Amino acid sequence: MLRTKLETNQPSLLNRIHCDGILLSGLLLLMAVGLITIYSAGGQDIALIQRQVIRLGIALTVMLVVAQIPPLAYQKLSIYFYIAGIAMLIAVLVIGVSSKGAQRWLDLGVTRFQPSEIMKLALPMMVAWYISRFNLPPKLWQILVGLGLVAVPTLLIARQPDLGTSLLIASSGVFALFLAGMSWSFISFIGVAVSAFTPIMWFFLMKDYQKQRVLTFLNPESDPLGSGYHIIQSQIAIGSGGAQGKGWLQGTQSQLEFLPERHTDFIFAVFSEEFGFWGVVGLLAIYAFIVIRGMLIAIRAQDAFCKILAGSITLTFFVYVFVNMGMVSGILPVVGVPLPLVSYGGTSMVTLLAGFGILMAISTQKRIMSRV
Amino acid sequence: MPSKRILIKDHTAEANLFAWRSLIGLLVVFAMIAMVLTNLYYLQISSYEDYQTRSNGNRIKVLPVAPNRGLIYDRNGVLLAENRPVFSLQVIPEETKNLNSTLARLSVLLKIDDDGIADFHADMKRIRRFKPVTLINRLTPEEVAIFSAKQHLYPGVSIEARLARYYPYGSALTHVLGYVAKINKQDLQKLSEAGFEANYAATYDIGKRGIEKYHEELLHGEVGYQEVEVNNQGRVIRTLDFNPPVPGQDIVLNIDVELQLAAEKAFAGERGSIVAMDPTDGGILALYSSPSYDPNLFVHGISSKNYKKLLKSDRPLFNRATQGQYPPASTVKPLLALAGLEAEVITPETQINDYGKYQLKNVARVWRDHNPWGHGLVNVTKAIEVSCDIYFYDMAYKLGIDRISESMSEFGFGDYTGIDLHEEADGIMPSRGIIKALYNRPWYIGDTINIGIGQSYWTTTPVQLTQAITTLVNKGKRIIPQVIRGEINQGEIVLNAIKERRPIDIKNEYNWDVVLDAMYGTVNRQGSARNAFKGAHYISAGKTGTAQLVSIAQDEKYDATKLSKKNHDNAMYVGYAPYDNPEIVMSVVLENAGHGGAQAAPIARKMMDNYFKERTFPEHIVIEHLGQSPQSNPLIETEGE
Repeated sequence: MLRTKLETNQPSLLNRIHCDGILLSGLLLLMAVGLITIYSAGGQDIALIQRQVIRLGIALTVMLVVAQIPPLAYQKLSIYFYIAGIAMLIAVLVIGVSSKGAQRWLDLGVTRFQPSEIMKLALPMMVAWYISRFNLPPKLWQILVGLGLVAVPTLLIARQPDLGTSLLIASSGVFALFLAGMSWSFISFIGVAVSAFTPIMWFFLMKDYQKQRVLTFLNPESDPLGSGYHIIQSQIAIGSGGAQGKGWLQGTQSQLEFLPERHTDFIFAVFSEEFGFWGVVGLLAIYAFIVIRGMLIAIRAQDAFCKILAGSITLTFFVYVFVNMGMVSGILPVVGVPLPLVSYGGTSMVTLLAGFGILMAISTQKRIMSRV
Repeated sequence: MPSKRILIKDHTAEANLFAWRSLIGLLVVFAMIAMVLTNLYYLQISSYEDYQTRSNGNRIKVLPVAPNRGLIYDRNGVLLAENRPVFSLQVIPEETKNLNSTLARLSVLLKIDDDGIADFHADMKRIRRFKPVTLINRLTPEEVAIFSAKQHLYPGVSIEARLARYYPYGSALTHVLGYVAKINKQDLQKLSEAGFEANYAATYDIGKRGIEKYHEELLHGEVGYQEVEVNNQGRVIRTLDFNPPVPGQDIVLNIDVELQLAAEKAFAGERGSIVAMDPTDGGILALYSSPSYDPNLFVHGISSKNYKKLLKSDRPLFNRATQGQYPPASTVKPLLALAGLEAEVITPETQINDYGKYQLKNVARVWRDHNPWGHGLVNVTKAIEVSCDIYFYDMAYKLGIDRISESMSEFGFGDYTGIDLHEEADGIMPSRGIIKALYNRPWYIGDTINIGIGQSYWTTTPVQLTQAITTLVNKGKRIIPQVIRGEINQGEIVLNAIKERRPIDIKNEYNWDVVLDAMYGTVNRQGSARNAFKGAHYISAGKTGTAQLVSIAQDEKYDATKLSKKNHDNAMYVGYAPYDNPEIVMSVVLENAGHGGAQAAPIARKMMDNYFKERTFPEHIVIEHLGQSPQSNPLIETEGE
């Protein structure tokens, strides 16, 4: 296999701290793009940039810390992470803090904490751990148990309600099962089942505001000043950017505040307006670069657990990108998903970089484990 | 805790399986990237121009800029209507966080009463939610200061400064100038039908009455445009382009404000009106209808309480000078006499014996003179001077309604004068056809006899009567009365052309002189106005009138408690001066005041005194009969031209 190309006995500084230089460079590039865009979107507010830099610093630190932990430890801890995550999700439903009509937070006194963030990593770990115990490809019943593991947190998060996150978390578990070799016939069966499930979801499970979002997505012009406003303004921003873009700090849609959520969820519209189609091509190239690097790490990983986990984290990362861009450009309904590493904000970035930390651990620590 | 099963794993097979699945995963990723890029290509490349337009539509707003309304001056350059800055408090309901609490807090801060809040809610229903609604029309400087300090606490509430009309002479000129007020729904509809909607895009007020309404187009000007970049709040970030408005035309009126003020003073609130006109050019020197009201009330939106008060009193909104339709009574006797002379029904020498009664053969009814003992032997001159009714009964009977009606129509009775005021009535000049049409009854001979003294369905407006007397004074030349005198262009007054109608054909100019001499006699010999003009330093001529009001066509809505007063006679007077070279013609109506010579003529006297107060005239020696040369007074030179 590829082991012949492995590095020799003079590890670089990056290797010594278990940092994948190629992946890191991709991530840093993306963060730089993010800071430049936030500066423009946030009305050239230096304080905003400072807060984002601090956040990035914390997230990168978390990533490096996570990268030091041997993959074997993750394998062993998976089940405990998962159980703890489930427990906290239940706790959220019982004693959680509500905000904007959804109960998503646990109040830890000092800070608020969103247990669904834990689940973003705990679920792929758990599924990877479970499925890699067997010979691959997995048997039907193993797949069903795996889907069960996916279903529990998905439904709990959907109850909060946080449909967007629950679907993304579910997809991370499903990716793990797919990469493990879930049979094609089963995949087609799932496809049929999901399409059959859609009307049930529409009529029995979805809340009115969620339905409204879907309806708005299907026809934003039906309510241009109300629920359709975000997406219409966003499309105007993107479209008016043209091929070359209006130039940094020159985007009228964003600078004159026609665009909502400019520095958070809709930052892609600001980027597209100011840097144009070719800028978007460049941005997607960086994301593609990171995804390819992640998948390479997964393919080169030493055991099934690492492969599945690394692959799942990487694909899920891209799903975030796709969902955000799709939402902002109007091909997907509006769900509150930030553009990874570019949007201004919060806890999701720490989780994201913790995930890349795991990738780095898998990428840099494989020689430490001997192959059985 | 790895289980035993791991030991029998086929690692190579698993690695291959995983590599394949990863590759498929990557392909799906590329497919998704392709999807995003396809969509972005569609948005940014294919639909670029569309979105570019919409983006500009978002940020670029074309704001109309209101032109300044033209100023109005009197003939001597006195400012009658000006524009003053006013500050109003505007609320955009959609932009307030909580409209009710905002209003509640504002009403405490600026002491707005419940009526004000109620008016606001009424206005709000008529205006779109994202448009500003006026809460307080005129803020005092103190209120501006109070609110400005706390503006940040009131999102969606702002102070708007604009220029608003102000009429410094208030009620004195209301019926001439009219007023401007907020453009309402009907105004908007009319503007859009006329295609002027765009020109009024930024305009707040529109002329509602008087000159302000009649000359609206002239006074308004042309809207300007400002192209600005706005943010999502609609706040202007910068101006991209500015196309200034063209201000409205400044105009000069024929009105002499001092004369106008004298009229207001002379009436002292009594019901009536006066119209004074320059017979040389048709210029309206004064036009006053009493009682009047303050037009400034309307500019800032009259409160319903004040409006009701106006409606309840003696109808001040009604322009008696142009809309009041009164029986002309004896004031038209000179015109009737002229008709009789020109038709050769009478001659200047024709005499009748007036013993106080007039009867027709086979008709039981008796017509009486206002003097129960009659005036004895009366020719046309004396008939006019003493206002002998019998003479005119007889003359009217001989002349007949058809000839009277035709002749009086030539003087403009029964038709609009064409004055530049929309508030004008046409009056009624009775004829067989008109009476048939209006009352569906035939014309009786008795009607003709009453016509002889200016009664019997005959109604005229003061401005119409003034115009008729002017035509007489001008010997058939018919000039249309005009309030506007000219326009101011670059500091120069450009006079408007005099408007005339086809003149009346003169059969025998001597007849006109006979009639005018009789009007001279009315004032200066034994006539009915001699007391009123005793000692005047100018020579005037005129005719009194005392209209009996059996029924008044002018207005049905008089207060019932005034019914007895309502039946009192209207006192009237028409006159002009100086006699030999007239500069002013006027008519005075004083409703329910009694005798014209005693009540109306003194008002005309005051007006003429005021008009000629800075002029000196030669000493006046009374001309005792027509043809007596005024040159017997060596100081009068211009007579006879």
